[in-house]
Amino acid sequence: MTGPLLSVRDLKVEFATRKGPLVALDGVSFDIAPGEVLGVVGESGAGKSLTGLAIIDLLDPPGRIAGGEILLAGERIDNLPPAKMRDIRGRRVGIIFQDPMTSLNPLLRIGDQLAETIMAHTSLPRKDARTRAIAWLAEVGIPSPEKRIDAYPHEFSGGMRQRVVIALALCAEPALVIADEPTTALDVSVQAQIISVLKNLTRRHGAAVMLITHDMGVIAETADRVAVMYAGRIVETGEVHEVVRDPLHPYTQGLMAAIPTLEVSARRLAQIPGAMPRLSAIPPGCAFAPRCPKAFARCAERPPLIAVADREAACWLYEHAPVGADARA
Amino acid sequence: MIAFILRRLLASIGVLVAVGLIAFAMFRYVGDPVNQMVGIETSVQERAQLRHQLGLDDPTIVQAARFLIHAARFDFGVSYQFKQPVADLIGARMPATLELAFVASILSLAAGVPMGVYTALHRDKALAQLFQALSLIGISLPTFLIGVLLIYLFAVVLRWLPSFGRGDVVHIGSWWTTGLLTASGLKSLIMPAITLALFQMTLIMRLVRAEMLEVMRSDYIRFARARGLSERAIHFHHALKNTLVPVITVVGLQLGSILAFSIITETVFAWPGMGQLFLQSIQNADIPIMAAYLLLIALMFVVINLIVDLIYAVVDPRLRVHLDRPQA
Amino acid sequence: MTEIAGGGEGASGPDRSLAGRLKDNDLLASFLSSKITVAAGAVTLVLFLAALLATWIAPTDPFNPAANFLSDSLDPPSFIAGGDPRFLLGTDDQGRDMLSAILYGLRVSLAIGFCGVALGAAIGVGLGLISGYSGGWIDSIIMRIADVQLTFPAILIALLLDGVAHAALKAQNRDESAFAVLVVAIGLSFWVQYARTVRASTMVEKNRDYVLAARLIGLSHARILLTHILPNVMGPVMVIATISLALAIITEATLSFLGVGLPPTEPSLGTLIRIGQNYLFSGEWWIVAFPSLTLAALVLAVNLLGDWLRDALNPRLK
Repeated sequence: MTGPLLSVRDLKVEFATRKGPLVALDGVSFDIAPGEVLGVVGESGAGKSLTGLAIIDLLDPPGRIAGGEILLAGERIDNLPPAKMRDIRGRRVGIIFQDPMTSLNPLLRIGDQLAETIMAHTSLPRKDARTRAIAWLAEVGIPSPEKRIDAYPHEFSGGMRQRVVIALALCAEPALVIADEPTTALDVSVQAQIISVLKNLTRRHGAAVMLITHDMGVIAETADRVAVMYAGRIVETGEVHEVVRDPLHPYTQGLMAAIPTLEVSARRLAQIPGAMPRLSAIPPGCAFAPRCPKAFARCAERPPLIAVADREAACWLYEHAPVGADARA
Repeated sequence: MIAFILRRLLASIGVLVAVGLIAFAMFRYVGDPVNQMVGIETSVQERAQLRHQLGLDDPTIVQAARFLIHAARFDFGVSYQFKQPVADLIGARMPATLELAFVASILSLAAGVPMGVYTALHRDKALAQLFQALSLIGISLPTFLIGVLLIYLFAVVLRWLPSFGRGDVVHIGSWWTTGLLTASGLKSLIMPAITLALFQMTLIMRLVRAEMLEVMRSDYIRFARARGLSERAIHFHHALKNTLVPVITVVGLQLGSILAFSIITETVFAWPGMGQLFLQSIQNADIPIMAAYLLLIALMFVVINLIVDLIYAVVDPRLRVHLDRPQA
Repeated sequence: MTEIAGGGEGASGPDRSLAGRLKDNDLLASFLSSKITVAAGAVTLVLFLAALLATWIAPTDPFNPAANFLSDSLDPPSFIAGGDPRFLLGTDDQGRDMLSAILYGLRVSLAIGFCGVALGAAIGVGLGLISGYSGGWIDSIIMRIADVQLTFPAILIALLLDGVAHAALKAQNRDESAFAVLVVAIGLSFWVQYARTVRASTMVEKNRDYVLAARLIGLSHARILLTHILPNVMGPVMVIATISLALAIITEATLSFLGVGLPPTEPSLGTLIRIGQNYLFSGEWWIVAFPSLTLAALVLAVNLLGDWLRDALNPRLK
């Protein structure tokens, strides 16, 4: 397939409130290539989860898509009727939610939940779907899958449950998996395992991943490319190692500087002064300007994503950067 | 599991004993049993004799124990009013009340659950709004008012249904009588059953609706939707099951209160049941019947609670693990 | 999830005038936003006022037997043929003016409702405070009693208490003490909900720093409970009280209808309906109709208000 698997163009998401619409996502654009792992990173409230939910049309009212386009393999999916959207969910785009303790129906056996999903998207009869389900359980690393398949969710630990969730998201073989903070609710010791399960499975089945998290470490380990979000906008994209080693946008620079390292012994952790603005109080122009150490007059106008080599940064500092050059203020 | 059942049984017996003691206190100390039982002409010596015969001179604890033991054998003494064994009086009227309560319960479930599901899933449709409005009326208006209203409409104005009594009944076995097998019996059953059921029906409807809405907001439903399952599968395979589990508890307990509300309904419709008997006993200070009714109701409630707990444990797999461990 | 704190202000800053503050007040806004709730509020207000001012509004005093003439009994309402213009809503079997009877009955019903709720709240809050604060076996006993009582519907308990009082009092005392008996019966049957809520709040509050500080100063337990903890647990109590007012009114009406509440000499709405039911078939429909309408309107309105209040104060629905 040529061209990106997923293409989000200028996505706008609003919430209707008593006092007028609140803009939660303000012109978000990015691409995901087939089989690629795109990390979407940012602090709580930046809009990462909303982006994922918007892609598969699971926004809770009063949220709604107010503008922009979402294309899957070149076709628009943001304006589909509900029945068609249902075909896409699970079959072409899967999603994994954050909390494994509440993602599974407590009254149904996990085998039933798996088989049901498989049968909904393929024409397999129940017996074959069950066999397939057992195979999936084995793939995500559940021991004795043929016994555990008739267990209830509460009989599993958090990490095991999240593996079941991954199996459920992938069992219809989607081309793209949206993983919304898949390890945030898990113990640190389990997080690495889950990430590795996710990574191996998606690579094996050729699925692309949109990995949403606030944990830069996970991104650095797992993602191919990264998109940094701030106040409902994307402020930087690029290949993950380049962004980590050499961040362009002042916000990303602040993020990287705030991560403690073993080499430099500083007495205090570097902090970005101030806080991310509330949705109702986003300043006009660049949203980061009030906290930016490098802000200047031009920042009163909102910067678009400017191409810098094969990366992008939404910052006027790179307005005149020649393509291919390495500009720093 | 066994430990759980045993614990609940013990608790139930405890409640019954407690209620029994209250009933005994009522029986013994409200008014004077001897004076209630005899006429004015009886002499003081004869009263004293009677008192001794009845064991009213014995220590309180002995009397209480005797009362409880008799109660366990369903021997509740003799009614002051009717001079007949209380057990016989209540027994004769039990089928009428039980039948009414049973029909009303079925009605309230059969109507309440579907209406609740419908109003949860189709919140904005006109029919759902209508149901909501009706539910408000059903839950607000007192039972007797609804009964009187129905009588006025269907018996006085339209003259379709009888306004009192049970109609013709058929005897089954040595004890049971049923009105379900005769036309007049069925016609007499309609209004009382609806009156009795209405409150429960609206309660169930609102509960099912609230639970369903809550369930539909849960993460696992969101995940099910995210996996592309059909709305039908989500509503009926996932959501309904999770909705009904907490509803079962409440419904079960409410079914018990149908027995309580039957007192009112029986009064409005002059239905010859236990409730009417109980009310008469209150108006006439007939303590033995009051005490007996209290104990019987307690028994029914306790049994219903026990059954509901057991059903709950069977239906919700999460509970089966916890039940074997003692409550923290 | 994204923070959706919709506390945005107008472009020129917050509107701090009274009108602005009233508009901003979420509670008031949600009250006014629903026409039904406003209507319910209006109806409740009208009925409350009518009951309060009954002595002055009512054309006659229905409780004064000397003022009623049996020759006037069973007159239809004045707007129907055969009606007497003196009696707007007709008369009952004793010759009492229905309008007056309804007004006075409304007053009695509301009085019992309020008193019953107050008594239940007092008992419940008191026991809840003691239970939550003491813990230990006092707590166990009180909660055990509460659990046992909760297995039975309140109306059954009220009926039983009423019945026992009926049986215990001699006939001539029954009528006079009907009011007190009803209030006690209702209060005793409704205390449990208050107790549980207050107990839960108390258990949380008693470990707070300000309570520990008060103990250190040497304040007595009673003082601490009343002046420190009580104000902090009253919030949910108000909600329960409002919602249980309708229940109290219904309970009284039901007990009166069953014949074990207020007697015909001092009828409440329930008693009037009971009397009226006997005359349904003979055609004097007004004796049932008007008290029924009044009771229905009152209970519906109070319930709607209670519904709105519960939704408005429920943080999860915001």
